[in-house]
Amino acid sequence: MDALRLENLRKTYPNGVEALKGIDLTVEEGDFFALLGPNGAGKTTSIGIITSLVNKTAGRVVVFGHDMDREREAAKACIGVVPQEVNLSMFEKLIDIVVNQAGYYGVPARLARQRAEKYLKALHLWDRRTDIARNLSGGMKRRLMIARALVHEPRLLILDEPTAGVDIEIRRSMWQLMRAINEAGVTIILTTHYLEEAESLCRNVAIIDDGRIVENDRMTRVLRKLHHETFVLSLEEPIDALPQLDGYTTRLRNEHEIEVEVTRDQNINQLFRLLSEKNLNVHSMRNKANRLEELFLRLVENKPANTSQGPQA
Amino acid sequence: MNRAAAREEARAADFARESDQVKAESLLAINLIGLRTIMRKEIKRVSRIWVQTIVPPAITMSLYFVIFGSLIGRRIGEMEGMPYIAYIAPGLIMMAVITNSFSNVVSSFFGAKLQLYLEEMLVSPLSTATIVVGYMVGGIFRGLAVGALVTVVALMFTRLSIVHPWITLSVVVLVAGVFSMAGLLNAIFAKTFDDISIVPTFVLTPLTYLGGVFFSISLLSPTWQAVAMANPILYMVNAFRYGVLGISDIPIAVAYSLIIGLFVALFSLNMWLLSKGRGIRS
Repeated sequence: MDALRLENLRKTYPNGVEALKGIDLTVEEGDFFALLGPNGAGKTTSIGIITSLVNKTAGRVVVFGHDMDREREAAKACIGVVPQEVNLSMFEKLIDIVVNQAGYYGVPARLARQRAEKYLKALHLWDRRTDIARNLSGGMKRRLMIARALVHEPRLLILDEPTAGVDIEIRRSMWQLMRAINEAGVTIILTTHYLEEAESLCRNVAIIDDGRIVENDRMTRVLRKLHHETFVLSLEEPIDALPQLDGYTTRLRNEHEIEVEVTRDQNINQLFRLLSEKNLNVHSMRNKANRLEELFLRLVENKPANTSQGPQA
Repeated sequence: MNRAAAREEARAADFARESDQVKAESLLAINLIGLRTIMRKEIKRVSRIWVQTIVPPAITMSLYFVIFGSLIGRRIGEMEGMPYIAYIAPGLIMMAVITNSFSNVVSSFFGAKLQLYLEEMLVSPLSTATIVVGYMVGGIFRGLAVGALVTVVALMFTRLSIVHPWITLSVVVLVAGVFSMAGLLNAIFAKTFDDISIVPTFVLTPLTYLGGVFFSISLLSPTWQAVAMANPILYMVNAFRYGVLGISDIPIAVAYSLIIGLFVALFSLNMWLLSKGRGIRS
């Protein structure tokens, strides 16, 4: 069954801005799905319409077979959402915020308290349960919003930049939690600016730009569309001029570092052979950018992903 | 074969009916638990910030009783056959109920809208009616809590024997409901803090002061009596005064009709606006 189906979704704001220009998207049940796009591309508007915080101009939203126009309550009962902006009642206790949210979804009080304990513990917030939300750090507020979204145990969890402003240690524990939630059968839609997060967590991806879906496929297939990668090589000895490496596009970053573009038809062994011939010893090597990030930038900048002459910047 | 197909069809129809019934029952259960949650949250909010919600009106009303009732009232003597302090007591109680039920809903709903945590309810499967009734109960609770406290203060200055208890109770609850709904309407349209202070300052306070709290409209000239009759608060104050003291400038049936009519109109308007997403959805 499809967890979510968007059909020709359109949104034009009263000021004339066309935020969505006909989005068609399907997310299968159990998927971990990345919805990516630059700022203002239409991600948050799409999520707003799915969660009924934004009125659509046209189109259809179906959640687990429930049409949002005809069976709004049933559709909404399936969804949990962590919004991009902090939307907490700042003077309420953490435990009350989570228990109340369960109540809005019809979870009886005793069960709501049990679940609040379970999710506040999972998000490392149980010790702060009697504190008010205002006293939490930015990362803690974001974790509280995740606990709040999980308390009614939704079938579809929408996470709109859940790890923004969260330190790396907590982010990694949140990834583990998200994986565990997904493995338990919950469909997750994730938007994030940390593309390595999307690459490591998600199985499918859609990239949205200027109100349109510009890419929608399995993550592995999308990454294969990236026809070349840029590596940064650190050299043991300093060099004055850019070495000539036949067949490779290169750029001198500084006297110790060069950038080399390697297409899918080329291999790195050949590159190292050429470097050895020129008596250049490589101390270390790294990707210039995350693979998904590189593809993402090419797509949203309307540059075809299969060109062998990529940006040199 | 045809009979088997018909049986199958009937079974499917039964299942669909049953499934719809289950869905309806579970939606009802969700909304009942949701309503209890909103009510509990609103009542907790009023109790948590009692220094802001309960104490100030009690102090203000005590000053009214001291100045208008005890000090100036003694010189005024009687009004409509009642000691002046007893005459103004129902009006002052009603004034406290009106301002507090209004300000509770307007500040609570607007605060939730401004800080975005109203979204907690908007993304949930709760019906618009549940949200409206939940906030209304919060407003009625604060209106009645402050009204009860002002009554206690009034009893320190004068004797009040309630002549018509059911009328008194029904009027005070209905009026608190009307002004909770008026507060919600204000909060739906409000975009800034100024927007939620304009109505109480420029509409509610003048109408309350001119609504027969401190005087009987029989003191006014016929022209001004006709003008005063356009003020809905006059009907509410007089209906409540009728319940407490048994005297009123307005026939009680007319007052009831107006209060109930206003309540139905405001409740329906809020329901319509919220279901359209006015002021809460982009």
